[in-house]
Amino acid sequence: MLSFITRRTLLAIPVLLGIMIVVFLLMRAIPGDPCTSMLGERATPEACVEFNEANGLNDPIYVQLGIYMKNVLTFNLGESVRFSRPVTQLLIERLPLTTELAMSALFIAVAGGVPLGIIAARKHNTLIDSGTMAMANIGVSMPVFWLGLMLAYFFAVVLRDTPFALPPGGRLSAGVFPVPYYEAWGWNLTEGTFWARFNEYIANHYIFDTFITAQWAIFWDLIRHMILPAIALATIPLAIIARITRSSLLEAMNKDYVRTARAKGAPERRVVTRHALRNSLLPVVTIIGLQMGLLLGGAVLTETVFKLAGVGTALFDAIIGRDYAVVQGFTVIIAAGYVIVNLLVDLSYGYLDPRIRVK
Amino acid sequence: MGTKKTVEILEANLQDANLTEKPTSQWALTIRRFRGRKSGMIGLSIVVFLILIAIFAPIISPYEPNEVLIGKEDVGPREKPCVHILGCDPDQPQHILGTDANVRDEYTRIVFGARVSLTLGFFTVTLALIVGTTFGAIAGYVGGAFDNVTMRVMDVILGFPSLLLALVIVSVLGPGLQNALIAIAVVSIPAYARVTRAQVLSIKETDFVSASLALGASGRQIILRRVLPNALTPLVVLATLGVATAILEAAGLSFLGLGAQPPLAEWGTMLATERNNVFTSPHLVFFPGLMIMITVLGFNLMGDGLRDALDPSLNK
Repeated sequence: MLSFITRRTLLAIPVLLGIMIVVFLLMRAIPGDPCTSMLGERATPEACVEFNEANGLNDPIYVQLGIYMKNVLTFNLGESVRFSRPVTQLLIERLPLTTELAMSALFIAVAGGVPLGIIAARKHNTLIDSGTMAMANIGVSMPVFWLGLMLAYFFAVVLRDTPFALPPGGRLSAGVFPVPYYEAWGWNLTEGTFWARFNEYIANHYIFDTFITAQWAIFWDLIRHMILPAIALATIPLAIIARITRSSLLEAMNKDYVRTARAKGAPERRVVTRHALRNSLLPVVTIIGLQMGLLLGGAVLTETVFKLAGVGTALFDAIIGRDYAVVQGFTVIIAAGYVIVNLLVDLSYGYLDPRIRVK
Repeated sequence: MGTKKTVEILEANLQDANLTEKPTSQWALTIRRFRGRKSGMIGLSIVVFLILIAIFAPIISPYEPNEVLIGKEDVGPREKPCVHILGCDPDQPQHILGTDANVRDEYTRIVFGARVSLTLGFFTVTLALIVGTTFGAIAGYVGGAFDNVTMRVMDVILGFPSLLLALVIVSVLGPGLQNALIAIAVVSIPAYARVTRAQVLSIKETDFVSASLALGASGRQIILRRVLPNALTPLVVLATLGVATAILEAAGLSFLGLGAQPPLAEWGTMLATERNNVFTSPHLVFFPGLMIMITVLGFNLMGDGLRDALDPSLNK
């Protein structure tokens, strides 16, 4: 098992390096010189000489690449022109919301997709099966931004003044601020230290923070704001997971060991849950990992629709505002996160299916 | 004399056998299997319907897509749909899907939008298919360092969430329909390259390729004449499903304002320009989005149907 983990981890390293190189080269491929695009109107010739010198733009390109990689590995992602603060600080503020959104969506997708797939497979070739799969086909084809807008319209306008009304955007109701756990618990943090910033990052996961500090009113407010974006983002992964669960379970039901289990007299329920389902969930785990890419990409669209200040909207603003340090830093971090999640899925796959380890 | 007679009888028998049992070709079998799949046929019908809409757009739409109706008719901006047979006041001009913010007929724009989306999906996939297949075929056939480098580059592209990479590429190239097309093509290249390479690797080992090699065929001839035709099946399926993904991602980029630019009647852009008015004029968001969904659904269903029809092992 240890050699399997080592091998898979080592395989991910060239991909991570490749991602850094690709993003670096893409940023270099931007037409015009970096000084004018970075400084904008402030780009006088004198300012440019200084800028180029300060940013090492006069060095050979491989030296620049080396410096850039060293900076990324030490979480020094440069300064945002548009938000006028370090990119790392921006990540501390923005990333938690996106993580919470993606996790909520993933939860909905798994909690909805797996049971739906099981039901469809158990009722194979019935109306329930074809109905579920028709819904899944529509779900896979859903433009998330459209679904988001329609959900917002339905729950905020059509259902207004009913108990089912939900807010159409934002992370929290106006004027509500959660107290960070370190303040609630009276911790003494020295500002600017790594420990303080780490805690700030953790506390910015508002749902988590309000949960552990029992700020229930704010917690429910957060959840109410999270429901619609999470549903919109979860739709495509949910449909994909339902389809994979169904076909994988159908395949397992035809296996010899299921026949054996039936032959020895195991009750049908036990045959399905213990014998077929456990084996059929392996491909589902892989698919769940791959969905992270959809979730992270879809987060840009969902956050835009629901006016959430997450990584997606920051990245989008940065692209529009030509804030290249942010584009570069955020892309690398998101892509690295995606690679690492898939690495973890690969590893869990090896754990769940011993045959993979020895290959 | 006796031997000749036997041969004649045998030949006659063979001809009879051929006449009575004409072998069914691979394509005829595929079509038969495809027609047996209800969802695949629904998908095909949707696609054909949309292609017809795109071709006959000027005939079936009452206005020009960018025709502003101010001063020509008694309508205002963002007017609700008005259908006479559904009880709309006959004195009012009929706009079955209403009008948009610039007082243009929404129905006309939706109809013309089919042209943009279908063309875009088609060209994106063609571009990705050509580049991906070429690299995949050469990598699989040549092997060695070229194979290694190409496939590692593909791994890196796959390492990005696809919409994210497309976003960054568009930000480098600049917003616009053409650049969105290129960006989406680039992110979908690895899928085609990988599938082609896998096919080439297995076909390379077959006897008929060895035979061609023995007859003195060049590497190029073998790839084009022997390998690619046999690798076509999964590529057709992938390309059909690829059109769906391309249309969905292009709509996403347009929604963010990085794809098609106004005033082009593109569904994603139309939806994006009205997204802040969804609470007052939901129809301007609803219909373009519905069209995107139906189009993507059509290609998805067709692709699934094709996959089942082309892969007999899946037929249960």
